[in-house]
Amino acid sequence: MRHLLSIEQLSRAEIEAILERAESFAEVGRRDIKKVPTLRGRTIVTLFYESSTRTGSSFELAAKRLSADLVSVKAAGSSVDKGESLKDTVSTLSAYDPAAIVIRHPYAGAAQLVADWTEAAVVNAGDGKHEHPSQALLDVFTLRRRLDSLEGRRIWIVGDVLHSRVARSNLIAFREMGAEVTVCGPPTLIPRGIEALGCQVAHSLDRLDEADVVYALRMQRERMGESFVPSLREYAMRFQIDSRRLGPRQLLMHPGPVNRGVELSGEVIDSPQSLIKEQVAAGLVVRMAILYELLAARSERPAPVAGEGAVQPTPIGQPA
Amino acid sequence: MSDALEMRAGEPADLILRGASVLDPVAGIDGVHDVVIRDGRITELAPPDSVEEEAVESIDATGLHAFPAFFDPHVHLRAPGQEHKEDIETGTRAAAAGGFCGVLAMANTSPPVSDAGDVAALRERARTEASVPVGFLATVTRGMEGRELTEMAELRDAGAVGFSDDGLPIASARVMRRALQYQRLCGGTIALHEEDPQLSGEGVMHEGPVSAALGLAGIPSVSESTTIARDAALAAYEGGRIHVQHLSAAESVEAVRAAKEAGVEISCEASPHHLCLTDEEVRGLDAGRTKMNPPLRAEADRQALIAGLRDGTIDCIATDHAPHAPEDKEVPFEQAAMGVTGLETAFAALHTELVLPGTIDLALLVERLAGGAEPFGLERPSLAPGAAANVALCDLGAEWTVGEEGYESRSHNSWCAGRKLTGRVLITVAAGQVAYRLRSFSLGVAA
Repeated sequence: MRHLLSIEQLSRAEIEAILERAESFAEVGRRDIKKVPTLRGRTIVTLFYESSTRTGSSFELAAKRLSADLVSVKAAGSSVDKGESLKDTVSTLSAYDPAAIVIRHPYAGAAQLVADWTEAAVVNAGDGKHEHPSQALLDVFTLRRRLDSLEGRRIWIVGDVLHSRVARSNLIAFREMGAEVTVCGPPTLIPRGIEALGCQVAHSLDRLDEADVVYALRMQRERMGESFVPSLREYAMRFQIDSRRLGPRQLLMHPGPVNRGVELSGEVIDSPQSLIKEQVAAGLVVRMAILYELLAARSERPAPVAGEGAVQPTPIGQPA
Repeated sequence: MSDALEMRAGEPADLILRGASVLDPVAGIDGVHDVVIRDGRITELAPPDSVEEEAVESIDATGLHAFPAFFDPHVHLRAPGQEHKEDIETGTRAAAAGGFCGVLAMANTSPPVSDAGDVAALRERARTEASVPVGFLATVTRGMEGRELTEMAELRDAGAVGFSDDGLPIASARVMRRALQYQRLCGGTIALHEEDPQLSGEGVMHEGPVSAALGLAGIPSVSESTTIARDAALAAYEGGRIHVQHLSAAESVEAVRAAKEAGVEISCEASPHHLCLTDEEVRGLDAGRTKMNPPLRAEADRQALIAGLRDGTIDCIATDHAPHAPEDKEVPFEQAAMGVTGLETAFAALHTELVLPGTIDLALLVERLAGGAEPFGLERPSLAPGAAANVALCDLGAEWTVGEEGYESRSHNSWCAGRKLTGRVLITVAAGQVAYRLRSFSLGVAA
């Protein structure tokens, strides 16, 4: 694995390798001294064009636990504020010869572009509404600890699927691991054509009891102004996961941050079925595993292959 | 070709294309001839080797094809204001390299072409810079703001070939109706970029399974087709003459077909990229090759465009040649500028992708590539003896890789970049002047 740009390009074996590595870091996390020297002397850059609490802090802590030198760049207050292009920023940061660049960006495909422009390994920490692969990996990690295997499990992803990179990455990852996925929300928030990713689509919670796992998405307040939903009240009446709708054998997940009383009721957040805190804890060890797999599992940096990263045109005019 | 089209004055061509396979479906010409061009006019289609050697250039065109040169009613030459992307000289050089003997330049420049003085200035520039005739459209609304009509009558007097706010739709039905009413006074086809901005929203690609997978906001097909239906109804009501630009969706082909059947004065065009590619191509998020408006759509849409080309619903092929600088394209897909270049590759790409596999006939391609003049009241390029010489000499077997030898265009955002194409323009004669010769084509010894 040279970069982690999307879940879509990972095989099941690659996902499992990262999850197994994460298990071993979970063991390290139970020791008094939680730091390992694996990446000593190597530099990791985090480049965040969007605000983030969980993803940003857990990548930074993961880098420190692996003893890497960390450079943390945020768009606000940096040269990005002064109108520097992504390409120029990456070129500047590449002068530090980083081993890895972890990037979050408001637009799809940004991580792929960075990978084309740098020698460093690139980790996509969220690109627009496209993918958020480390979130999907930590969610699979969290679920496997509870369920052993996702094979044949039914997972419902509920809420604003249209604007969610988490929904896309998780849908792909859950399916790759053998689960059956249903996405559920009002038709205004389900992207046209999502079925092509191999999921079912539901517009009500009537059949929610079939789910083994309910994965709720954050409902953003600004969506009301754009007529995606008439009101948070009506959304909550139809799609909120509460103790009435969540059965005792169902597990509940959420990528955070939660809008209490909107997509989730207060009591289910703190219920025994809720895996939300475990997801956050898994974030650290899974992100350590991602950095390890990219930087340490390869014993030495391979020579760049000529033409690597170049776009190979596919034959045109072929039906998909 | 027309008084409104301008080009750099040069030597009228005197040459003989010996033994060329000559094909002009509209003029009913299909056979091997010596094409004799004297003083910039086609004087004779003679039997092979019947013309005595004279003191004119003689080209062995055995095995090569001579077509009426092509006419592109939709290009962006970026002048004035964005000459770092293209200008009249580089844009018409690209046109000539693609076998085009005439182009119509869109008015969405910086500033837009909204005053008679702008048109006059552009025509003046074209008289010194253009290697093929260029016509200029003016905007329908002042500054393309969609509110007030331009001085359409004065613009026509200044030589505007027609009108278009291309790049933006005319969102207001009221303004559209006024333009069609006023057209009765001044003439000039109104060319329309059909899109409902409310439906397109922040969309950056076709709405469908691929946009769902990529998490990109989609532009639904109905954004285009509903606006076409609106404007066809308005044109019918006001007796106006409209030309629909860059059709992309199956629903749009159906809307134009229905309007034509109802007797509306409507014509339309399709672009090579929409005829060859689908939204599957966007999966790589390569904005340089795959981001444009209207977007690449689904395979069913592509098939509908091909069917429309065959049955005559689609009158002509137009490249929508839209040059952009690298910094406008080397950014994440959603931020990238819309548009791809296409003048240099239109014939070769369509020959490779549609003619060679047998999807359409060579004759249909040749006819539609020259079909862009008539919707604007201009004369169609012809190989009939007596006509001004507008000839594209092509080698249908030549293989080449797009971009390998650079581009004539100042910009490199070709949708074909890196593709291997079969078929190449060797010589273009435009309005009686030799406008282009492929550098590696050796005169007189071509096999």
